[in-house]
Amino acid sequence: MTAGIVYALVGAVLFGLGLYALIVRPHLLRKIIALNVMGSGTFLMLVGTGRSGVGLPPDAVPQAMVITGIVVAVSATALALTLMLRLADETGRAELPGD
Amino acid sequence: MEAPWAQALILAPLAGAMSAFLWPHRARAIGLVTMLLLVMSVAGLGIQMARFGIYRHLVGGWAPPLGIELYADGLSLLLLAATAVVGAGVSVYAADYFRGHDAAHFWPLWLFLLAALDALFLSRDIFNIYVTLELLGLAAVALTGLGGGRDALGGAMRYLLATLLGSLLYLLGVAMLYHGFGALDIGVLALRIRPTPLVWATLGLMGAGLCLKTAVFPLHFWLPPAHANAPAPVSAALSGLVVKASLYVLLRMWIDVFGTVAAGASVLFGVLGAVAVLWGSLQALRQARLKLLVAYSTVAQIGYLFLAFPLGAASGWTAWGAVAYLALSHALAKAAMFLATGNLLRFGGHDRIADLDRVAQRLPLTTWAFALAGVSIMGLPPSGGFVGKWLLLQAALAQGRWGIAAVVVVGGLLAAAYVFRVLGHTFTQAPVPHEARPVPAHMQWAALLLAGGAVLLGFIAPFVLSMLRIGHPFAMWEAGS
Amino acid sequence: MSLDAWIPLLVVASSLVPGLVIFGLAERRSVLRSVLNLAGATVKLVLVGWMLWGVYQGHHYEISWPLLPGLEMELRAGPLALLFVTLSTVLWLVTTVYAIGYLEDSPHRSRFFGFFSLCVSATIGVALSGNLITFLLFYELLTLSTYPLIVHRGTEAARHAGRTYLVYTVSGGALVLLGTVWLYTLTGTLEFTSKGILTPLGQGHRAALTTIFVLLVAGLGVKAALVPLHGWLPRAMVAPAPVSALLHAVAVVKAGAFGIIRVVFDIYGVEYAAGLGVMRPLAWLAALTIIYGSVRALSQDDLKRRLAFSTVSQVAYITLGVAMGGPLATIGGVVHLVHQGLMKITLFFCAGNLAETLGIHKISEMGGVGQRMPWTMAFFTIGAFGMIGTPPVAGFVSKWYLGEGALQVAQPWVLGVLVASSVLNAAYFLPILHTAWFRPPPDAWPEERRFGPAETAWMLLLPPLATAAMALAAGLLASVPLSPLEWARLIAARELYRP
Repeated sequence: MTAGIVYALVGAVLFGLGLYALIVRPHLLRKIIALNVMGSGTFLMLVGTGRSGVGLPPDAVPQAMVITGIVVAVSATALALTLMLRLADETGRAELPGD
Repeated sequence: MEAPWAQALILAPLAGAMSAFLWPHRARAIGLVTMLLLVMSVAGLGIQMARFGIYRHLVGGWAPPLGIELYADGLSLLLLAATAVVGAGVSVYAADYFRGHDAAHFWPLWLFLLAALDALFLSRDIFNIYVTLELLGLAAVALTGLGGGRDALGGAMRYLLATLLGSLLYLLGVAMLYHGFGALDIGVLALRIRPTPLVWATLGLMGAGLCLKTAVFPLHFWLPPAHANAPAPVSAALSGLVVKASLYVLLRMWIDVFGTVAAGASVLFGVLGAVAVLWGSLQALRQARLKLLVAYSTVAQIGYLFLAFPLGAASGWTAWGAVAYLALSHALAKAAMFLATGNLLRFGGHDRIADLDRVAQRLPLTTWAFALAGVSIMGLPPSGGFVGKWLLLQAALAQGRWGIAAVVVVGGLLAAAYVFRVLGHTFTQAPVPHEARPVPAHMQWAALLLAGGAVLLGFIAPFVLSMLRIGHPFAMWEAGS
Repeated sequence: MSLDAWIPLLVVASSLVPGLVIFGLAERRSVLRSVLNLAGATVKLVLVGWMLWGVYQGHHYEISWPLLPGLEMELRAGPLALLFVTLSTVLWLVTTVYAIGYLEDSPHRSRFFGFFSLCVSATIGVALSGNLITFLLFYELLTLSTYPLIVHRGTEAARHAGRTYLVYTVSGGALVLLGTVWLYTLTGTLEFTSKGILTPLGQGHRAALTTIFVLLVAGLGVKAALVPLHGWLPRAMVAPAPVSALLHAVAVVKAGAFGIIRVVFDIYGVEYAAGLGVMRPLAWLAALTIIYGSVRALSQDDLKRRLAFSTVSQVAYITLGVAMGGPLATIGGVVHLVHQGLMKITLFFCAGNLAETLGIHKISEMGGVGQRMPWTMAFFTIGAFGMIGTPPVAGFVSKWYLGEGALQVAQPWVLGVLVASSVLNAAYFLPILHTAWFRPPPDAWPEERRFGPAETAWMLLLPPLATAAMALAAGLLASVPLSPLEWARLIAARELYRP
């Protein structure tokens, strides 16, 4: 099993776990964390792709993608947390209204 | 003349957003000036492309895949133009709608959203598209929750969760495509694509993610609460432009990459589109609140765009031209409708349809705006909606697809039902008359001019369609037209 | 482009531009509004007269511009188009005068006259269409511009009537759209051509073409009030009298009937349609409508509703004439387009006068009104006799030609329908006349308004005088060149039955 396939499989598992939690858990913080886990899984899969192998220079493109992706994920998480806090202020609960 | 139109389209709103953030007292003026620059840039780009064809630019001179290429063909140009026009209308409206504190928050976010939209329409590689989609989503979510209050914040949160999920599914697809074919550029992928299980899985993931972001039935659940509870100019931008962005990505991926190797999926898109048209229209009919009616109308109108997918194989240009025209007309008409609704809300303090109180006489400009926008939504002549509907019907009937033709016709009838339901109530007196608050003239005219634009599209079809042809966006599908 | 080409466009613009300006006028600018209206109507009349003379001499007036790749918007003035255009123009002028008088002191007049003008522009556009797509465009515009007139009063009843109207007309429009697009995919053209556009198709696609015919006639039949698609017409009577006059005599119903003429002659061609076997059923449907409309009219006590059902019946004469085939029947049908317009608008003007002056809405309230309003009832009588078909009013001429036409194509059953219809017409018109002239008047009218020494305002009397006189003249002077009958014969010779 090459490292690439291991990364990809772990990434897929993380993605699946996160997706499950996103859909099932009602608490917003859990949903946000689930999204982050899914994001990490995706980044792992990205890292796992790319032409790696003995003697080859590492493929820069997936690395660039992951770095950009992490930055985007951080901004998204920040927004999500702020929104969650505002919603909790308004309704008293950190859950989607009407759920 | 190689003027930097494309760069201006992205940099001007970015610079404007930061300036508006740093100087909140001047936010409104900065926003309007930036909008003017945007309109001029799109015009410049259009003129240049009419003469020289496709526009390409390598940012910083770095070549892909690590560098970013800006690319514009006819389809991108039309969507950029729609962004500029709708953006201008929304900006003029928002200038009077938001005051003080709210304005300081609105303008930076709005300009940022425009930058993301422009960057998306100018992107040619799938990862750059991911980044711009994500930024677009974040800006849109922030704007949705701008008004505060339980409903708006709840709608924004739902929207955020849905859009992030959609982006992640899309990103997963990007990873798989890169793994399979070693390329991110759409043009290169189009050449290398093969019908393998990996590709079908990728189509499933990316398709699901983009359909979620475009609110295609049955993944539309987040749209009505978000669009109905956002401030009126934001709703206009969301329904008019933001939804079109993910649709554009799906369209590009389908036309250039997936459509040639997974033609069977087009049937699924067609079915989902048909259900969206019927279900969305019926839901719109049932609404007591005007904003929710308009939001469900968006769900239905998006369905029309998906009806064209099964027709693309045999009717190429007619079918895809119909999609482009319907998307353009809807952008203008739906934005106008939301702006008009905002006016009605401000006038009477509520948006209950049955309680509209003689607004045909008291707010004639707004009623006209709603009526003209409705004409395009219904697909009645003369309007852009009619042209799109005609092209769609032509493609369907030429192939003997009675089902699709029937859905288009029934959808038009249902749209007429909910539009005229509202218009009928604008003539009558409400059971309990309401205090009327004045609506600024700019807000009324912004709505009316956008609606007029949707109608105008019906008269300039040959011109618009010839602009669409620049760069042959549908080259691979034009065999059977 | 020569000046000739612009005239059709100017004719449409002569009501469109004043209409748009009127929308922006303040309510109290009634003088300016009337001036704009009448100026537009007069300009239009002059232009139409010019075109009439030109077409009589054999000139062409045509303008087109691209709408879609491969399809053009086309305005073309031929003899048939001009028949409808002239009718619309003359009656618009007359109705404008009437409406100004009728709506004095009513609210929202700017809105009313704005949509009124739009409605006429759409009608002129329908008349001058050179192909089916242009026709469709103006046909739908007609729906959109007449709706605000029906809901004008802003009552719940008006809103419901408007909703019913839309259900019928929007559905009808959808059917026409479907038929048109389908036809386009089969033939690649939608031009109105003598003998139709289907000859290249030969014998193929018969099932499709028959279905398309049904779709088109059904969609057009909604506006033309063919049974069972006529339901909107009686319910639209809640609109003000000028609107009922316009809808019944000029715009909507005639647009539908005109469309059927165009489809049968200039899209399908009489022979091809007969070959498809669709003409007979159309004739039967028209005959059914004639009888049904008259029978329903018998039981109506509301005057306008009785006139509405009479319209349902009378407009079907046009369809019958067209469906029978043969030049004489066609002349009868086509000329009835004009004659019915003149007679029916007279009747509606009179009904409006009775309602406005005396508050009378029902026939049972009309006892002795001939003494109180002799002129109005005189005009009503002329119109009624024309409907029944007695000479010398114009209605007789149309029925004569229809009867002769039936014999020419060896379909004598039509004669029976015509006779039965005349009897029924007499049965529901003569009692009205009897009540008005020979019954004693009541002690007090339901709601009387005095308009000075004359029986009613002069603006309400002049229009029915004019139209009744025209209806008489069309019958008495039917052989004069440029009379409606002579023009109908010209149409048949030059346009519809060219060798």
